[in-house]
Amino acid sequence: MSEEIRFTVNGAERAVRAAQNTPLVYVLRNDLGLRGTRLGCGVNQCGACHVLLDGQSVPSCDTPLWAAAGKKVVTIEGLGTPQRAHRLQRAFVAEQAGQCAYCLSGIMISAEALLARTPDPTEAEVREALDRHLCRCGTHNRIVRAVLRAAKEAA
Amino acid sequence: MSTTAKSASEAKLPGNLQGNRRLSQWLRIAPEGTVTVTSGKVEIGQGILTALAQIAAEELDVNLGRILLVPAATPTSPNEGVTSGSLSIQDSGTALRYACAETRAIYLAEAAAELGVNVDSLKVEDGTITAPNGRRTSYWALADDALLDREATGSVAPKPPSAYKIVGQSMPRVDLPDKVFGLPRFIQDLVLPGMLYGQVVRPASRAARLVSVDDAAVDAMPGVVAVVRDGSFLGVLADREEVAVKAAEALAASAKWDERDTLPDMGNLPAWLRASPHESKVIDDRASDAKPARTFSATYSRPFSAHASIGPSCSLAQWKGYKSVTVWTHSQGVYNLRADLALALGLAPEAVEVRHVEGAGCYGHNPADDVALDAALLARAADERPVRVLWAREDELGWAPYGPTMAIDVSAGIDANGNVVQWTLENYSNGHSTRPGRADKPALLAAGHLEKPFEMPLAINPPMPAGGSERNAVPLYDFPGRRVVCHRVLDMPLRASALRSLGALANVFAIESFMDELAQAAGADPVEYRLRHLTDPRGRSVIEAAARRANWRAWKKTEGRGHGIAFAKYKNLGAYCAVVAEVEAEQEIRVRRLVIAVDVGLVVNPDGVANQLEGGAIQAVSQTLKEAVRFDRRRVVSNTWEDYPILRFSEVPEVIVEIVNRPNERSVGSGEGAAGPTAGAIGNAVFDALGVRIRDLPITPERIVTAIG
Repeated sequence: MSEEIRFTVNGAERAVRAAQNTPLVYVLRNDLGLRGTRLGCGVNQCGACHVLLDGQSVPSCDTPLWAAAGKKVVTIEGLGTPQRAHRLQRAFVAEQAGQCAYCLSGIMISAEALLARTPDPTEAEVREALDRHLCRCGTHNRIVRAVLRAAKEAA
Repeated sequence: MSTTAKSASEAKLPGNLQGNRRLSQWLRIAPEGTVTVTSGKVEIGQGILTALAQIAAEELDVNLGRILLVPAATPTSPNEGVTSGSLSIQDSGTALRYACAETRAIYLAEAAAELGVNVDSLKVEDGTITAPNGRRTSYWALADDALLDREATGSVAPKPPSAYKIVGQSMPRVDLPDKVFGLPRFIQDLVLPGMLYGQVVRPASRAARLVSVDDAAVDAMPGVVAVVRDGSFLGVLADREEVAVKAAEALAASAKWDERDTLPDMGNLPAWLRASPHESKVIDDRASDAKPARTFSATYSRPFSAHASIGPSCSLAQWKGYKSVTVWTHSQGVYNLRADLALALGLAPEAVEVRHVEGAGCYGHNPADDVALDAALLARAADERPVRVLWAREDELGWAPYGPTMAIDVSAGIDANGNVVQWTLENYSNGHSTRPGRADKPALLAAGHLEKPFEMPLAINPPMPAGGSERNAVPLYDFPGRRVVCHRVLDMPLRASALRSLGALANVFAIESFMDELAQAAGADPVEYRLRHLTDPRGRSVIEAAARRANWRAWKKTEGRGHGIAFAKYKNLGAYCAVVAEVEAEQEIRVRRLVIAVDVGLVVNPDGVANQLEGGAIQAVSQTLKEAVRFDRRRVVSNTWEDYPILRFSEVPEVIVEIVNRPNERSVGSGEGAAGPTAGAIGNAVFDALGVRIRDLPITPERIVTAIG
């Protein structure tokens, strides 16, 4: 049954009327127009759709709308904008850490969660934190370098 | 028509100018200070837009930021066929280079007339044209579409590479900033007013025909707009995406199918390949009287492989009065797709407009074309509303065309010094292309499921010298006696088509594995053994560069670790590439480092080349160690990421790329050159580590255990 669910998205209060079990990814993309969160598999196996939910990096394809009620969601659009780029976004451009870049939104979200809990990660810690994310173009090493570069820049 | 005009129209023009001869088909100078470039090539995650912009900016002498690349679309773009085969720089880049050089000359002639000076005295800087007396004008002031509404002559020489300021520099990707900020740039992000969400229910197995389905129950679900059925093509339209997904699940649950076995035994694909009817072609035959002292033979294989892009295929379609349709697609070839959509929909090609929008990573003929027909078929029931279809992950892994399985028999005779005197290679494979736009029947998945189905055309091999299953089947080494035969299998139980590097990955894996087997028999070092059979100087250079950079000769053998080298010239006419792989073997093989040396001729964007090489190599590590499409006798079962695992962050090796720049050699593509050498180098490193030779891909822990015995 549809009812209104309220939560915070990228710092703004939002109210959405949709079935409670609607996967969060569809609400973010189609109801709220935040299409930077990308759908890859729909079953929590690829990491493309990760968002921060109260600071945790979670797959939005496997998070029902009701689980976000009253919580804080941050998407790739909430990290930064072309006018006010986040350090991860600057670092990914600086390292040219992308080929097709479809996987990057979810990866940058998990990298942000990592840097919040481990401000100065080792390369192995970065790889471990990103291991649930798939990249098919083979951009992994550039991505790891970009996260390490962002870590060196004060938040 | 004058005689000169006629001879101009018959002149052979460089690159793809040949088939698209008007300058206005390639670029437009706009008074607001921009240059619009309309290449027919498309961005597929490889950075081609950036490289083409560099070429245009270089020849015109304008800043890179002024170049606007227009996505390919059938009403406006030159028809450049398919963006594939690492040919874009060569074909489209060459055409654009000449078109821009000629455009510059045309505008300079206009400027000279206006300024009353000799054309040779003019200087151009960022589009501003200055005479020696200080008087100036610009492309933008002179902008006039009529100036480029003429055939190219190809007679204006582009700049010599020594004068390049922009080409040859590492330039940031023009498309990357949008993507790191999550801006809607992919076709998956495209929303049209009034858009409906479509979802297709694929047959329960490969040859399944739909017997019955409870479409009334699904039609009654809130939010469902229509259930569409045409023979065994089944789909649903809904006003919300998640409703379309749920409705498709409900349709699938109630559907009854008539099924039968059509797939070969996955456990012995080489036997199936050999037993199937096939068409044989001798592609290399050089007799030699040299008598071998010893002979050796071995058989190699690869499985069916999936594209496995992270972004599922997507398309949008909108009809106008059931007479014409517009399709938004991430296809590699908008004109080819248009031809097959027209066939499948019973329309004239002119009634189909195809517009390119960037998709996720594309490594060959993926379902981009298939989903376009899905969208067009479902949109017929949408009453002129646009329909978006995104393939389910299970369909992306389970119904896409696959890189075909191959079996490769190699034998060789060596003389008393261990040198190869006789070499034979025979391979068995389906053709490597069922791309659309090449037959009188549509090569689109849903066309085979309609009430009046179209039979899927059999996979062909692209023409030689590039070839498909023939690709890199002929070794580059100077063997006195050589025979290479390719058997194209004429049964196609699983749709086979182009996957990055086509036959090259398996052929190079076989050739380079066997070279190491022969080197071992000859008691020779693998690097030295290759060099003694190779006179091509560019080939020798990359082998030497890779060995040097990897410190090959100083390698200390330790328990469970090994290194290996492999080499190829992609297609025997593209990039020279040598790879040294270093592996650790425990329960499974871990590739620790790849050192790659590559020669792609003139480098347009060094960081772009490195990025493509790294990516191609890492993807090849994944294919070499992990990937195989799995199926039972009816259906593909490897349709989730758990069943079709690919290489993860923790498994990715360090990759070092050394570019051997050859500014006076023609630019060739970089996307596929590393695939075969990477696979070969890993196989050789595994042998070095463990003393066992794995000849069947992927090199899994199970195969290693079996080989060790």
